Amino acid sequence: MKANEIYDKLKEEFGDEIIDLVEDEISDPFINVKPDKIDDICLFLRDGEGIDFDYLTMISGMDLGDAIGVVYHLYSLEYKHSIVLKLQVPKGNPDVPTVEKIWRTADWHEREAWDMFGVNFVGHHNLIRILCPYDWEGFPLRRDYKEPEEYHGMKVPY
Amino acid sequence: MENLNFVYNLIGQNWLAILVIIVLPLVFVLLYALLAILGELKFASFFQDRLGPMRTGPWGIFQPIAEVVKLLQKEDITPTAANKMLYNLAPFLMFTGAYSAFAVIPFSQYYVPSGINVGLFYIFAVGSVGVIGIVMGGWASNNKYTILGAMRAVAQIVSYEIPAGAAILSIAALSSSLSIQEIIIQQSGWFWNWNIFGGPGGFEKIWVIPFTAILFVIYFISSLAETNRVPFDIPEGESELVAGYHTEYSGMKFAFFFFSEYANMFIVSAITVILFFGGWNSPCGDLTNGWFGGAEWWIILRDVFWFVMKSFFFVFVQIWLRWTLPRFRVDQLMEFGWKVLLPISFICFFFVALWAMVR
Amino acid sequence: MKEKKNIDVAYSLLESDRMRLNVGPQHPSTHGVLRLEVELDGEIVTEVVPHIGYLHRCFEKHCENMTYPQCIPFIDRLDYISSMSNEFPYVIGVEKMAGIEVPERVEYIRVIMAELNRIANHQIAVATFGLDAGAFTPLLYLFRDREFILSIFEKASGGRLLYNYFWVGGLASDVHPTFKEDVLDIIKTVRQTNAEIMDLLVENRIFVERTANVGILPADVAINFGCSGPMLRGSGVAYDVRKAAPYSIYDRFDFDIPVGMGERGTLGDCWDRNIVRMREMEQSCRIIEQAIEQMPSDGDVKEKVPARVKVPKGEIYVKAENPKGELGFYIVSNGKPKPERLRARATSFVNLSVINDISKGYMFADLILILGSIDIVLGEVDR
Repeated sequence: MKANEIYDKLKEEFGDEIIDLVEDEISDPFINVKPDKIDDICLFLRDGEGIDFDYLTMISGMDLGDAIGVVYHLYSLEYKHSIVLKLQVPKGNPDVPTVEKIWRTADWHEREAWDMFGVNFVGHHNLIRILCPYDWEGFPLRRDYKEPEEYHGMKVPY
Repeated sequence: MENLNFVYNLIGQNWLAILVIIVLPLVFVLLYALLAILGELKFASFFQDRLGPMRTGPWGIFQPIAEVVKLLQKEDITPTAANKMLYNLAPFLMFTGAYSAFAVIPFSQYYVPSGINVGLFYIFAVGSVGVIGIVMGGWASNNKYTILGAMRAVAQIVSYEIPAGAAILSIAALSSSLSIQEIIIQQSGWFWNWNIFGGPGGFEKIWVIPFTAILFVIYFISSLAETNRVPFDIPEGESELVAGYHTEYSGMKFAFFFFSEYANMFIVSAITVILFFGGWNSPCGDLTNGWFGGAEWWIILRDVFWFVMKSFFFVFVQIWLRWTLPRFRVDQLMEFGWKVLLPISFICFFFVALWAMVR
Repeated sequence: MKEKKNIDVAYSLLESDRMRLNVGPQHPSTHGVLRLEVELDGEIVTEVVPHIGYLHRCFEKHCENMTYPQCIPFIDRLDYISSMSNEFPYVIGVEKMAGIEVPERVEYIRVIMAELNRIANHQIAVATFGLDAGAFTPLLYLFRDREFILSIFEKASGGRLLYNYFWVGGLASDVHPTFKEDVLDIIKTVRQTNAEIMDLLVENRIFVERTANVGILPADVAINFGCSGPMLRGSGVAYDVRKAAPYSIYDRFDFDIPVGMGERGTLGDCWDRNIVRMREMEQSCRIIEQAIEQMPSDGDVKEKVPARVKVPKGEIYVKAENPKGELGFYIVSNGKPKPERLRARATSFVNLSVINDISKGYMFADLILILGSIDIVLGEVDR
């Protein structure tokens, strides 16, 4: 299925939650959605007739200035089509519902997004850091990240 | 039974002779351990398509000396929370278990340190003392890995003693004696008289040959389990438990564990040779008896040569197996020992005892 | 601290007959710095919690300050065992966005290098898997053959393990004059040694007993967990990026996708994953033979390499079949010479997350084998 067909089906089902579809010559097409109902949207995408996105390739975070974006890449093994979902949350209150009950691989991807960007996935059973040490402070991949001066008595800035 | 001991003939029956008798196997064990270390390193490399140690001496023959010096000068680290007394005692206990079996191993018809007439029973009993050393070492190190290794070692060694015991029992039934020299003397003549071919006799013993051959295989496999060699080396499973029960040992104590393993390998090969392959008998029988006018030193030399060569061959087979096969898992190992080896060894024992009765 | 309290949330309360054992970060079998916290009931595993991050270098942050060609050495160091295959998707993605078309000879050399890398990687995977089971000798036979492949890489790029060879628009340098004969010799040796390893290790009764019916990964669990590569194919799902979404010139070659069939034991156990890797080596040999035949013998490999890589605004997700699975790069560009966001979808990161589910109820010795059959490289897990 093409990206605009999937977009039409989503728009039909969820209406206002879907913002728009952006297509380009060289980029992959992506669908902007609102962050509140992302778990219902993903459930529909996974179980929907003819859509069948059973493979979550990855969840990435992005720093967009005064907002933080979360990007979902989905793929279907059966129909061999893929789609990209994007959402934005304000930096002060980065809450996104979790999709780890839908695809269990989201567990580690969401932990990494929390670790690197500070996106809080509501409903995750164990949202702790995964790559940085458990008591690290700060979110490294944000643009305004400042390295701490010292960590347990060791000097951090190189 | 007469104590045909050439040392007594030489020096006379005094305390000096007894000292010499005790020290001779010790010297042999130390020299053999050096040779075995070199053999293991070189054979491992040849099986793995590489050369091995080449720098210490021509073709690396002084490598064992380097190893011993290295182990001697290592720092002796003891974990603070370890039980000091048991921790220090464990390696010596294991070595004692291994070395005490040398008291009854005859290298020649004129040399056996202690000519008791229950030699076989004694070896079997004393060989189990080594397990205590392993468990002590594993438990006293205060380390979860070592205790896993120690528990596995106990389970394995205790289970595999039974098929080994059944094999030994069959030979005792075949020879009607528990004395080692007696068993060997009965196999004299040429190699057809060896126990693996059914013991002394003509062609009527052909039907018992499969059973004795199977008993030999069973005994050899169980002995691999006794000495913790691959494929039964889960107690020191290198990829899982780092080094199993001797993880926390360093320096001389580790050297003792190491030595005991090699001494055990030799003992087990020696018993295989004694029970099944004629001990110090030469395969060509009395052919060379007349050389040098039947002098005592020639007979001793010839006997020691054949005994040591045969035992070294089995040590080589053990090294060969180590570098070829993967290792068993604990429950598969136990299953193999209890459900496969045990019934087969009992059946073979029945038939061998039948032959001994009928003969 | 507030963060530390959260750590206990996922663990069950430790019952008195359970033991908590730490495997790693330094251990002969963890394939790198990985810490597994294992809860044992005697010898049976009840829970496994992996702790990663010991090798985290945050290369995504570094790449935001590097130009597109300067990122390539960082990408090498993701999965440091098969660096050529790492560079492949990145280079293809940037070329697609920038509209650069590479000459034919470059395409063929890239495919040959990537497939040689696949063979080299599977050699290590099978060798270390055998080592975990206790067989020391196959490791040395396979590493001996790997040396021949590494010497070809060294002649081409100057490095044995980390290459910086695939450049945007071409290659760093051409191959040496006797390349074709050397590669065909290697293929012969690889096939011979593989036959020997099948006999010595893979069909060995002890090895089959150790690995069959251990670590069973059902196909739907694998798909839900996002596994890819031999893990997914070992469970019976025939998904290979080279066939599902062919990139570069893979659609010109004729090869099969080996899939686990549950020959010894259940479908999706460790033995299946291992045999998939052995058979993939054979398929790579086929691809290399066809590529050597079809490769044009002249052409400049550097003619399309631009002096300055100009990537227009846009974003792309490009994926390729790494030896361990699907490696993907999400490249976001805003027209500047440095990428705005470069995210790597690392195979081993996703494959490792499955370990808790597939090792419950097996013995501790099996856990080591299961970890070996997943075939992780910590450089990819931690990035």
